Amino acid sequence: MIERNAKITITVHPGTSKGGELENFDPIDINPGDTISIVGPTGSGKTAFINDIEVFAQGDTVTGRRIDFNGEAPPDEFSRDPARKPVAMITQNTKCLADLTVREFLDMHASIRGSAGEGMAERALDLANGFTGEKIDARFKMSSLSGGQTRSLMIADAVAISDAPILLLDEIENAGIFRDAVIATLRSLERAVIFVTHDPYVSMISDRRIVMRDGRVESVLRPRDSEREALASVRGMDEALSRVRERIRAGEVITGGGAL
Amino acid sequence: MVVAGPPSAGKTAVIKNMIRHLGGRAKAAYLKIDVVAAFEDEELRAEFGIPTKKVYSGDLCPDHMGIMVVRDAIDWAEGEGADVLILESAGLCLRCTPYITGSLGICVVSALSGTRAPLKMAPMIALSDACIVTKTDLISQAEKEVFRESIRRVSPEMDIVETNAVQGTGLRHLYRLMDSAGAAEDSPAAELRGSPPLGVCTVCIGKKDIGWQSHFGVIRRIEDADNVYRGE
Repeated sequence: MIERNAKITITVHPGTSKGGELENFDPIDINPGDTISIVGPTGSGKTAFINDIEVFAQGDTVTGRRIDFNGEAPPDEFSRDPARKPVAMITQNTKCLADLTVREFLDMHASIRGSAGEGMAERALDLANGFTGEKIDARFKMSSLSGGQTRSLMIADAVAISDAPILLLDEIENAGIFRDAVIATLRSLERAVIFVTHDPYVSMISDRRIVMRDGRVESVLRPRDSEREALASVRGMDEALSRVRERIRAGEVITGGGAL
Repeated sequence: MVVAGPPSAGKTAVIKNMIRHLGGRAKAAYLKIDVVAAFEDEELRAEFGIPTKKVYSGDLCPDHMGIMVVRDAIDWAEGEGADVLILESAGLCLRCTPYITGSLGICVVSALSGTRAPLKMAPMIALSDACIVTKTDLISQAEKEVFRESIRRVSPEMDIVETNAVQGTGLRHLYRLMDSAGAAEDSPAAELRGSPPLGVCTVCIGKKDIGWQSHFGVIRRIEDADNVYRGE
């Protein structure tokens, strides 16, 4: 495991597109606290990009990219031992298969950390409850959690128990989590987060936006203040949609143009 | 190279990546041993154009069959001009381990099989050179780590490789093992790594009666049925 306070940098070096042409971008550094979104059409290579990071590709994946850790090839166990590697990936498919309660699940994970695992389960549960509006009780069965609760718990587990400095989140935004809370918490805990996303709001609140096309990185954008006004209106629309979503869930019929 | 593992663990998906890795540098031949039906040989021949073959064990235990035919298979692969023979087990009781001394033994286990599964498959894992855990993209970080601990309980020094075998992610270490594997011993000295519980018993020869009273040879009564195999 990485020292929590140690400064780490992960660097993505260019590979090749699906057609075999070289990617044209400057190496991308990822540091704790960074928020990056990966955008682009379906099939453009977004998931392949974070897979490369997850396995610390060394030119041995379909993309040919190379991922450095602190400026050099990472130690072998990073790509093989989930307890040592500084990256945790959570996708829409990520599930807990075992028939366990939330408490048993978190304890099971924390127990692997030995004495360091003490108190981690409570911390993970608290964090998770900050990420979702549907309260997670330690006595709930993992299998009965909603999508939003599961995703919240997985992110909290990766932060509090795996202690991963870098999180890769693959299209989890539609699963009923507080995206602002997740991003703010991860920033405050000095964790880097990389979203594969189709969500305009998540894309716009990220520090950097990596645009994918035909399997290659087309551009790396840092819109910063230039999008500030647009972000305010996207946030308004997003909130309005959330309200409508809640009302529909509550069984209401939405009438009149003023609903938004 | 012998690839063993339970049905649907992803053995063939791992093997496809192995064949891709060999690429033009070494020619592979492939033998599948199964009980009543197998299609992997046709699939691999169509995809890679390599010599493939299958053997059905029918009424015989498939690992027993594998042990019987493996020398013939090496001769067959040589006759086909192959540099590497990949032998895929049927993967049934998981008690027998078809690995052979002097060649690479690879165990494939699905992460979806439950965190305690490695303990149930102890001999198959313990006698292999590397344990490939497939479908790790589908399970939580916590279960991944616990699964790994289960393997370590079976074999503390085991080389563990986690992968989504369909995508071929994370297999770098397996490729390294393949590249460093020497030529298989084809001398009479090559033998099974473990001793399988094979025997021509009354059940093997087709006796359908139930209860130990109707059988002879190795029998067990309920009160002495606690002969747990703990690995070599």
